[in-house]
Amino acid sequence: MLPERLRSIFRKESGPVSPGTPSPVHSTSGARATLPPGSPNRRSGRKDAPQTRQSRGLEQFFFNIRDVVGLSVLDCAGANQENIDFLINLGHKVYSQDLVRNLDEAFGTDLNEQTNPSRIDYFLRQNFDYPPETLDGVLLWDALQFMSPPLLNATVERLWEVMRPKAYLLAFFTATERALEVPSHSFRIADSKTIVISERDIRPAGQVFNNRNLERLFGKFESVKFFLTRESLREVIVRR
Amino acid sequence: MSSTPYKTPELDSRNAATIGKSVKIVGQIFTKEDLYVDGDVEGTIESQENKVTIGPNGRVQASIRAREVIILGQVQGNVETSDKVDIRKDAKLVGDIVTSRISIEDGALFKGSIDIKKAEPKPAPAPSPAVTRPAESYVAPAAPVASAAGGVKR
Repeated sequence: MLPERLRSIFRKESGPVSPGTPSPVHSTSGARATLPPGSPNRRSGRKDAPQTRQSRGLEQFFFNIRDVVGLSVLDCAGANQENIDFLINLGHKVYSQDLVRNLDEAFGTDLNEQTNPSRIDYFLRQNFDYPPETLDGVLLWDALQFMSPPLLNATVERLWEVMRPKAYLLAFFTATERALEVPSHSFRIADSKTIVISERDIRPAGQVFNNRNLERLFGKFESVKFFLTRESLREVIVRR
Repeated sequence: MSSTPYKTPELDSRNAATIGKSVKIVGQIFTKEDLYVDGDVEGTIESQENKVTIGPNGRVQASIRAREVIILGQVQGNVETSDKVDIRKDAKLVGDIVTSRISIEDGALFKGSIDIKKAEPKPAPAPSPAVTRPAESYVAPAAPVASAAGGVKR
């Protein structure tokens, strides 16, 4: 459970709601808060200038795999020169894909498709078709928070299968609990503890994410560690 | 930032064999000179000592082995180079890469793995013969399908 002081901080933070957007629909079930009819599934973000900031989660991720070369690291940020150069310079093999974009390709704009078992199976085959225990590290960034519960659980289960024991996973979630919509970002690694974030667009949140839900989500993994940031982001390091 | 449209310098290469945008080739392509592919290719492309460029209209479902590969179009297949892979803006590559160096522009799509192999030191150049013959390209005769327009040009 979070201390009351932290909880009050979360409550004060409002989601990225633009003028004219209905206020968030609060859910107590942990399931996806549904958008009002007629709402677009995603829209352009504010396109602020990229922000450079420290990331304790990233620092921890690279600290855990320090002094080892030749690891297989999956980067789900989409191919960009900075991330590829950084990982290659550490001596690792890089697997790259744009998971948020692939969500759109697999499920389209109809969010109900994310509950369709055959579509989920297709998505997993397209994105995580690796032999068991292949990956030594996974940089998921913020992609998980746009998945509905069935897709999310299936994805995490598949990640558990393709990650090696003791491998680490880094994921970001909004710290704004029960937000109806959250921005998706692109992530570029500046160094082992610094990232450059820029907003891509704003999307419906897949479900409510709090520490308790996340611990349950990664229950099969060995450990889950949270880092709270000032930017309404919850960084999560998970050990297989 | 320059507003000048991107000009493909590869097109200026006088020595590159070109597969035009209305050409489709199914089979194996071996070449001993630079190759510019702006059409469809299914199979394999091999140009160990040279550069292969997939133009903006190029659609390649093939594994590519070359000294250097530049992608402006779409490639589905593995790419292996002894020197460099260059994936330009709006290009799409789905496949695994083995190379010494890689460059990816913003806006390019890539899905696959990247394995960096250290470049082997080049042996000292052998004395070249006095008379050189023009470079050759060879397209294996595996059911090529070419339309009337375009063709393999020199």
